[in-house]
Amino acid sequence: MSTSVAFEKAKAEGRAALVGYLPAGFPTVDGSIEALTTMVEAGCDIIEIGLPYSDPVMDGPTIQDAVQQSLDGGVRVDDVFRVVEAVAATGVPTLVMTSWNPIERRGVDRFAQQLQDAGGAGLITPDITPDFAPEWIEAADARDLDKVFLVAPSSTDERIAMTTAACRGFVYATAVMGVTGARAKTSDLAAPLVARTKQTTDLPVGVGLGVSNGAQAAEMAAYADGVIVGSAFVRTLLDNRSDEQAALKALASLTEDLAAGVRSR
Amino acid sequence: MTTHIHETTSYDADEFGWFGGEAEGFGGRFMPEALMKALIELDDAWQKAKADPEFVAEFDAILRDYANLPSPLYHATRLSEQLGCRVLLKREDLNHTGAHKIRNVLGQALLTKRMGKTRVIAETGAGQHGVASATAAAYFGLDCTVYMGKVDTDRQALNVARMRLLGAEVVPVPSGSGTLKDAINEALRDWVASVDHTAYLFGTAAGPHPFPTLVRDIVRGIGDEARAQSLEQFGGLPNAVLAAVGGGSNAIGLFTAFLDDEDVEIHGFEAGGDGFETGRHAATIQANDPGVLHGARTYVLQDEDGQTIESHSISAGLDYPGVGPQHAWLAKSGRASYTSVTDKEAMDAFALLSRSEGIIPAIESAHAIAGAIKIAPQIKERHGEGATILINLSGRGDKDMGTAIEYFGLGDEK
Repeated sequence: MSTSVAFEKAKAEGRAALVGYLPAGFPTVDGSIEALTTMVEAGCDIIEIGLPYSDPVMDGPTIQDAVQQSLDGGVRVDDVFRVVEAVAATGVPTLVMTSWNPIERRGVDRFAQQLQDAGGAGLITPDITPDFAPEWIEAADARDLDKVFLVAPSSTDERIAMTTAACRGFVYATAVMGVTGARAKTSDLAAPLVARTKQTTDLPVGVGLGVSNGAQAAEMAAYADGVIVGSAFVRTLLDNRSDEQAALKALASLTEDLAAGVRSR
Repeated sequence: MTTHIHETTSYDADEFGWFGGEAEGFGGRFMPEALMKALIELDDAWQKAKADPEFVAEFDAILRDYANLPSPLYHATRLSEQLGCRVLLKREDLNHTGAHKIRNVLGQALLTKRMGKTRVIAETGAGQHGVASATAAAYFGLDCTVYMGKVDTDRQALNVARMRLLGAEVVPVPSGSGTLKDAINEALRDWVASVDHTAYLFGTAAGPHPFPTLVRDIVRGIGDEARAQSLEQFGGLPNAVLAAVGGGSNAIGLFTAFLDDEDVEIHGFEAGGDGFETGRHAATIQANDPGVLHGARTYVLQDEDGQTIESHSISAGLDYPGVGPQHAWLAKSGRASYTSVTDKEAMDAFALLSRSEGIIPAIESAHAIAGAIKIAPQIKERHGEGATILINLSGRGDKDMGTAIEYFGLGDEK
């Protein structure tokens, strides 16, 4: 199911959509399914499942820590598809967020087919841009999968137009110049970037990088169609790693806070 | 002698950074959108700089007056006798800071100045590129931060001290395997956040376009000098040129000037570690498995899920699970041949050169010497008794004495 369904629903309700991220296999494969299901039940409209990769460039220390735990636990690409299948079965659009090499290694077409078979909505690809992704664009177009590319505060207007033209589902706007990670203050670069992006497309625009609580989510929901949260969820699991029930409870309450945030713009 | 940084060959990348074209070739620019503007600006700035005679003259003057270049081309007579053909050594070990790497950092730092940026960052494995970067930053008055894997800062304390003495900040990177590839990841993360005022001095001719081309252009002076010296001192071109290949900057620096000399054989030697068949090596081209790592499509040591596999080599400078994309293309197109030499073969060559010529090479460079020992009989067979091989002696071995003491038991009481 395309993420556009979730964005339309949120729009009809006069709010922004809440997009939640966790890497597959963190803390375990089953543990990540349970955690993501909890996030869905507590109010995430869209789920992003991270594919753990040995050499991520865009991840900050929190997500790196979680991804390393997944890899140390022996997570495989096939496990990622299993997590996608379980989460997509809840009825929420489910994307995979991945570095490029695992896709290329498996074969772009085969990866796309397996993603579709698992019920995945599409891919977020943070370390590749449309001009170097013709194979993925073709494979996604053949299956109507979402292609979510990123725009950044440093992007020229020309590159933003090129990027949004290649997206399906939504456009991912990175709110700061930097890697993933919760930040104390929201960025003043996000709103102008969303405005520049919206000049080039009718697609929804989601804002990510640095959002950690409901108040920040509300600020971003004022100008964005979606608020994307990753490190804050990961942090919650890391902080409660010794007590699974406490971790899920904390995850649910963070989700509820963020879900209230995207509704109070 | 002037550098030929503006010259081209038949093996250059296209404007998108593809060596050999997008469909069949290697390279490209696989990077987050956040860095695209900076990479495009860097490419534009380099195209303009290398066409500017003032820039070229300034670069030449710095290489001459500060880095002690051109380096000599030396006829190693005793080694020649042992190998049965004429062996010429390009003495990059005599450069300021002890290796070819000074060329790369001075070129990139000069470009940084020209672009008006005030800070440089670099990754380093054993610390040689870090020391060179810190040196160039001191020379040009730039702030400098060097990322170095935690495992490497622990085992290369002397180079950490050198960098700090030169005024650089050294940041140990504990993530991943705590080695060179993780230092590159961390430097890229810094760059995403600092790109408006910071230049990334990439340590080898790899990474996203334009780095493989930019670094190649800057270091190609090695081969340009050697080619001219060979003609002038020895009356002709060598029959074969040889270099060690890790990321591949010293090798591409030598090879470039000879790429269009079709009669000159080109041989690269990768680090075979414990032996290719053991899986504990850094022989990326020999492993022949294309992938995308650190911004370029190239040969990568990886598992079936595309996770990077750690490389192994006694030489820290060759211990990298990827390789510059132009080498990948030179291998695939057949213009150059790449084989590997083991740790043992390299260390034997390290000792041989020390004793027969009074030159203690870097262990990286010893891989090229070992390669020469292996292929000399074939070269002689193809080109006759007067055959000449030219080897890039890319650096000196002072930094490797700790490894040598341990390997040969040099500290033992006899």
